[in-house]
Amino acid sequence: MADIKIGAYVCKGCGLGERLDIAQLVTVAKREGKAQVAREHDFLCNGAGVAMIREDIEKEGINHVVIAACSRRAKTDAFGFDNVAISRANLREGVIWVQPDTEQTKEITQEMAADYVRMGCAEAGRMQVAVTNPAHGSNKRILVVGGGISGMTSAVEAAKAGYEVLLVEKSGVLGGWVGRLYRRMPSHEPYSDPMETGVPELAKAIESNKRIKVYLNSVISRTSGAPGQFSVDISKESGGTTTENVGAVIMASGFEPYDLNKLPELGGGKSPDVVDQAGLEALARTASGGAIKRPSDGKEVKSVAFVQCAGQRDDSGKHLAYCSGHCCNTSIKQAMYFKDANPGVDTVVIYTDLRTPGNGEDFYRSAQRKGVIFTKGKVSEVVPGTDLQVKFKDLILNEDAVAKADLVVLATGMVANSGVDIDAAGGAPNVEGQPEAAAGNGKQVSVLNLTYRQGKDLPLLKHGFNDSHFICFPYETRRTGIYSCGPVRRPMDAQQAIEDATGAALKAIQAAENAALGRAAHPRSGDLSYPAFRREGCTQCKRCTVECPFGAIDEDEQRYPQFNESRCRRCGTCMGACPVRVISFENYSVDTVGYQIKAVDVPDQFSEKPRILVLACENDAYPALDMAAMNKIQYSAFARVVPVRCLGSVNTIWINDALTAGYDGVILMGCQKGENYQCHFVKGSEMAHYRMSKIDDTLKGMSLEVERVRTCEVAITDIQRAPSIINEMAETIQKIGLSPMKF
Amino acid sequence: MAKKEYSFYPGCSSERKASASNYMVSVESMCKTLDIKLNEIPDWNCCGASIGYAEGGELPRHAMNARNIALSEKHNPGQDIVATCAACWLGAKETHERLSASERLLADTREVLKEAGLDMDYKGQVEIRHMVEVLIEDFGYDQLAKPVVKPLEGIKIAGYVGCQTNRPFGVAGESFENPKYLDKLTEIMGAEPVEKYDQKVTCCGGALAFSEPDKSQAQIKKIIESAYDFGAEMIVTPCPVCQMNVEVYQDQINKKYGTKFRIPVTYYSQLMAVAYGSNAKEAGLDGNIIRAARLEEIAAKPAKK
Amino acid sequence: MSELNKAMVNKYRNDFLKEVEANVEEGDWVKMCMQCGVCSGSCPFGPYWEHPPQEIFMMIRAGKRDDVLKSESMWMCTSCYNCIVRCPRELPITHIMHGLANYAHRLGIAPKMNPTRRFAKLFWKNITKGGRVNELKLSIGLYFMDGFSNGIKKGLEMLPVGLGMVKTGRLNPFALLGGGKCKGAGDIHKMLKKAQEIENRRKGFAS
Repeated sequence: MADIKIGAYVCKGCGLGERLDIAQLVTVAKREGKAQVAREHDFLCNGAGVAMIREDIEKEGINHVVIAACSRRAKTDAFGFDNVAISRANLREGVIWVQPDTEQTKEITQEMAADYVRMGCAEAGRMQVAVTNPAHGSNKRILVVGGGISGMTSAVEAAKAGYEVLLVEKSGVLGGWVGRLYRRMPSHEPYSDPMETGVPELAKAIESNKRIKVYLNSVISRTSGAPGQFSVDISKESGGTTTENVGAVIMASGFEPYDLNKLPELGGGKSPDVVDQAGLEALARTASGGAIKRPSDGKEVKSVAFVQCAGQRDDSGKHLAYCSGHCCNTSIKQAMYFKDANPGVDTVVIYTDLRTPGNGEDFYRSAQRKGVIFTKGKVSEVVPGTDLQVKFKDLILNEDAVAKADLVVLATGMVANSGVDIDAAGGAPNVEGQPEAAAGNGKQVSVLNLTYRQGKDLPLLKHGFNDSHFICFPYETRRTGIYSCGPVRRPMDAQQAIEDATGAALKAIQAAENAALGRAAHPRSGDLSYPAFRREGCTQCKRCTVECPFGAIDEDEQRYPQFNESRCRRCGTCMGACPVRVISFENYSVDTVGYQIKAVDVPDQFSEKPRILVLACENDAYPALDMAAMNKIQYSAFARVVPVRCLGSVNTIWINDALTAGYDGVILMGCQKGENYQCHFVKGSEMAHYRMSKIDDTLKGMSLEVERVRTCEVAITDIQRAPSIINEMAETIQKIGLSPMKF
Repeated sequence: MAKKEYSFYPGCSSERKASASNYMVSVESMCKTLDIKLNEIPDWNCCGASIGYAEGGELPRHAMNARNIALSEKHNPGQDIVATCAACWLGAKETHERLSASERLLADTREVLKEAGLDMDYKGQVEIRHMVEVLIEDFGYDQLAKPVVKPLEGIKIAGYVGCQTNRPFGVAGESFENPKYLDKLTEIMGAEPVEKYDQKVTCCGGALAFSEPDKSQAQIKKIIESAYDFGAEMIVTPCPVCQMNVEVYQDQINKKYGTKFRIPVTYYSQLMAVAYGSNAKEAGLDGNIIRAARLEEIAAKPAKK
Repeated sequence: MSELNKAMVNKYRNDFLKEVEANVEEGDWVKMCMQCGVCSGSCPFGPYWEHPPQEIFMMIRAGKRDDVLKSESMWMCTSCYNCIVRCPRELPITHIMHGLANYAHRLGIAPKMNPTRRFAKLFWKNITKGGRVNELKLSIGLYFMDGFSNGIKKGLEMLPVGLGMVKTGRLNPFALLGGGKCKGAGDIHKMLKKAQEIENRRKGFAS
C-alpha cells in the first residue's frame, strides 16, 4: 500500500467555516488521517477549489482524495476525478445542518466533524482505484425470445438503434396472439374504433431487416454466460441446434389464455357457443367485417353477452386471483365488432368493475355511444342451449336476472409463459408441476434454460409473472442482462406491450454497452469495481452463491464460488454474507467500512458522550438523512453515519467491531423488505434483517443489552422518521447507560 | 364611474307585493349607488321556474324564455339580460344555451315566436347574467367596496349560496362545492363572513317546499342549524326561493323539531344597500319577516363619510 | 292519454332505452351512465327516492318501463343540479329526471296523487294563464289540492306564514282578483299551443 497518497480537502463554504474549526480538522486529517496533503479552501466546489485538488493529483501524485465538505450525494460532478479513489466526509448534511448552532454544542459538533474527517481518511486509505473488470465480454447482439407483438417490437427497436438481433419464435409464424386478432384496441385519438393490428407489416419489416435474424419453430435449449458474453443454444423443432453468442437477452415469451374448460359453470367446454376472447377473435376473422356466425349451427349472432372476469379476480383459490387488465377493453372492442357490422345486434357486457384506464375511458364511451349495454352484475351460471342463458345478479338493482344470448364470450385472463418457477422448484433443475400450476394452465416448460446455479428461468414475483419491476425500474429482472417485457412480466394489452418492448430493448442495449465497458448495470450503473475473493481463505460455505440476489455466482468444478462479474450488480450482499470475509470490491470492502468504524474517537465511559453507529443504505436511508438535514431536522450529535451500498452488504463483523470498540448503539437502516420490497437489490434488506435476527446471542455473549442494536426499514421519504430513530437510540442509551466495553 | 346599462328581467317574485319585492327594493338602491341602469324588458313573462318542466315539457318551456329574450332583443338591443332571481336566470340561460347549440330547436322556437309576432336573432353577443355576475365581473370587489359608507361592522353572516346561482352554471371562477363570492361581498361590506359555514350550497328544497314540506324543512333545518353552529347572526343569500324558504318556515320548524330558530335571512343587495348608506326602507328591511335588527341599527346611524 | 301510452308500448316493444332516447328530454345520454352512483349520493332528497338516478339509468337499460315511469322517484327532484355538476360523465341528470317525469306525465301513467306532480300542474296553469305567477292563487290552489276541508286546515296551518308575507308587503291579499298578468297573455297562449303542436309532432305523439 505504499503507493497510496491521500489528499484531504476541507471546505469552508456553506457555513462550514463559521461553524467549525477548520484548521483543527486539517490537522486531524494530517496527523490522524495520515494525509500527505491536507488543505482547506473557502469554496471547494468552485473552479479554484477543484483546480487545487487537480493540481495535487497531477503534481503531488495524490491518488486518494478525501473531500470533507458536503454529502457524497452533492456536487458529484465537481468532485469527480478519474483514476482516483474518492471518499467524502459529510460535514455539511452530516454535521452542521443537523446540529444546533449554539455555544454549548460547539464542542460536540466539532468532535462529530473531526470523526467524519478521520473516517473519510480511513476509508480512503483502504480503498483502491477501481479499474474495469478484466473478464468482460463485448458482444452487443440482442437475443429476443418470443415472436409476438412484444418480441417483434423489441427486435425492430433494437435493430433501429443499430444492434444485431436474433429473434427466436417457437411457432412457425411471427405475430403471437396479436397476430391472431381481427382488430386491436385503438392506440391513438379519438380512441373510438378498433384498429388494424399492424402485425403483417411488422412481420414484413422484420423479414426484410438485415440486422434481424429470425429463428422460427425454435426454442432456447441452453443459456449460459453473462452480459456481453451470453452463449445460447437455439434448437429447432425438427432437430438441430445452433449456438449463438449474444450480449443481452429480452424475454418476451408472452402468455396463454386461461383454460376455458376450467369454467364449466360458465359454459366453458359445455357449449360450442361459449367462447373465450381468443375464440371470438377467430370468429370475427372468419366474418371479416360481416355478420359473425356462431360455432354450433352457423346462425348469425343477433345477441351476444360478454362475461367479464371469468375465472379472474377469484378469491376462492380455484382460478386466477388477479385482473388481467386488458379484458374489459377487449370485450368492448369485440362488442363493437358486432355493433359496427349491425347496430341491431344486442350486445351486453356484464361486469363487476369496468376497468378501462387512460384512454380506454374514451373507448368505453364510444361503445356506449354505439349502443353497447353495460350491466353491472356478477354472473353465476351460463346455461347452454340454442338460447344461452346467462344468469347473473344485478348489482345495482340487487336482484337476480337472466340475459339471453346466441353467443357468450368469457373474458378469461392471461397466464404468463414465464417458464419454471425456480423458487418452487427449490433451485433444482427439471422439477415439473408446481404449486401455482393449479391456478395457471398447468405444466410449464423452461423458456431460457439458464445454466445458472440458482435455476433455469427468471425468478417470479407473484402469480407466476416475472419479477421484472424491482423498485422503479421496469423490465429489470434479477438476472443481469436479461430483460423481460410484455405479458410475461405483468398482464397488459398490445399497446402497453409495444411500449414495454421498446423500453426493454433500450435496457438490453444499455446492459450490453455497460458490459462491454466492464461496468456495472443498473442500479450502480457505471461502477467499475467488481467483486473479488481470496480463494485461499474460502471455506466453500456457499452462502454467497445462495444469497446473491442476482444469481451472479455459480460454483466451479472444485466447488469454489465462480463470480460472473458481468452479472454482478455490485450490491455486496455476498460480502455481507461471507463468514470469513474473503469477498471485497476495490472501493468497497470489509476494511473500507471497518476502518471507518475504528477511526471514530470513542470517549471513555465517564464522558457521557456515547457513540452511535448508523449503517445507512445509500439508496434510501442515507438520502432521507440528507433531506432531513436540508430541512434542518436535528439529530443526536453522537451518531456517526456510514453509508453502505445495500444493507445486504453489512457484514456482522462490523457490528462486532463497533461494539468491542465501545460504541453504545448500532442502527442499521435499510429499505422495505418482503413482498412489497423497496430494496434496490431485491433481497439485500431481507438478508440483513435475517442475519441481524441472530445478533441477540452475540450481544448476550458480550453482556450487552439487546436494545443496543436495531435494524429498521427506512424509506427515502422518512425524513422525519430517520432522525427520530437515531434520537430514540440516544434516549435508549441514556436509559440503559453507556457501554462498558470502552477502553 | 360610467353608467352601466342592462336589459333587466326582474321575474315574478320581484313584482310589487310579491314574495321578493323587498329584494327588488334593495336592488334598486344598490344600483342607484353603483350607477347601474336597469331597462326592464317590457311585458316579460314567467320563466317556467324549476317546476315548469312537468306540465310544460321541453319546447313550451323554452318558448316562455325565448319570448323574454326576443323582447329584450327587440326593445333593449345589444344589452346583456340581467336577472336578480336565480330561477329566472337559470331558465333564461338554459334556453339561451340550448337554442345556441341546436339549430332544430332554434328553428322550432322561432316558429313558435312567430305566433306572438316576434323573432330572435342569435348572434351570441348578448349574455344572460345574474346580478351577482354583473357585480363581480363588471365592477369587481375593489370597486364595490368604494361606496361603502356604513361598514357592517361586527355582524357575523353565513353566506348561503344555495343551488341555482351556483349550479349547473355558477359564477365564473367559483367552485360548485365552495363558492366564495358571498363571503367576499360580505367582507367588503365590513361584516364578518362565517367561512366555515358548511351548508352553503345545500338545497333548501326549492319548489318542493310546497309539495314536500317535511322533506324540505329537514333541509332548511340543516341550513339554519349550521349557521348557528358557526356563530352566524344572519344568513345572506342571492336567491328569492332560498330567502323565502329559509326565512318563513322557521316557526314551523321550531314547532316540529323543538328548535328556537329566529335568524334573519337577507339578500346580498340588502347588505350592500345598507352599507352604501340607504335607510331601512330603501334597503327593503321592512320586508323581512324576521327583522334584521343589526342591519336596521346600522341603517339608522349616520354615514361615516 | 293511456292511448298514447299504448301507442308507445307498441312502437318500441321492449326497447325502453330506445323509447327514452327518442321521447325523453336528454334521454340520449342515458346509455352513457357508467354506474358510479355519485348522482344518488349527491341528491339532497336521495334517501326518499325509491330508485335513485343511478338505478333509474340501470332500469332503463334493463327495460323496466313500468317500474321507471310509474315511479315517484323522479318527482323527488328539487332541481338543485348537484348531480349534474358532479357526474363524471357529465350527464345532464337533472334534465333527464325532469324529462322522465314529464314523459310519464304525458303518457298519463305518472303517480296520480304525487304532490309534486300535482303542484307542478297547478303551477304551470297558474303561470300560463296570465304569463306570470300569481302567488296567492298558487298557494291557495296548493292548499285546496286535497279538497275543501283539507284546504282550510292547511290554510290555517300556513296562515301565520301568509300573514307574515302580507304584513311585510310580500303577498298581495287582493291578487285573487287579478295580478300576475302580461299584456301579451294572448300571444303566450298562442305560442304555447304552437309549441305543444311541434313537440307532439317531433316526438310522434300527434294523433
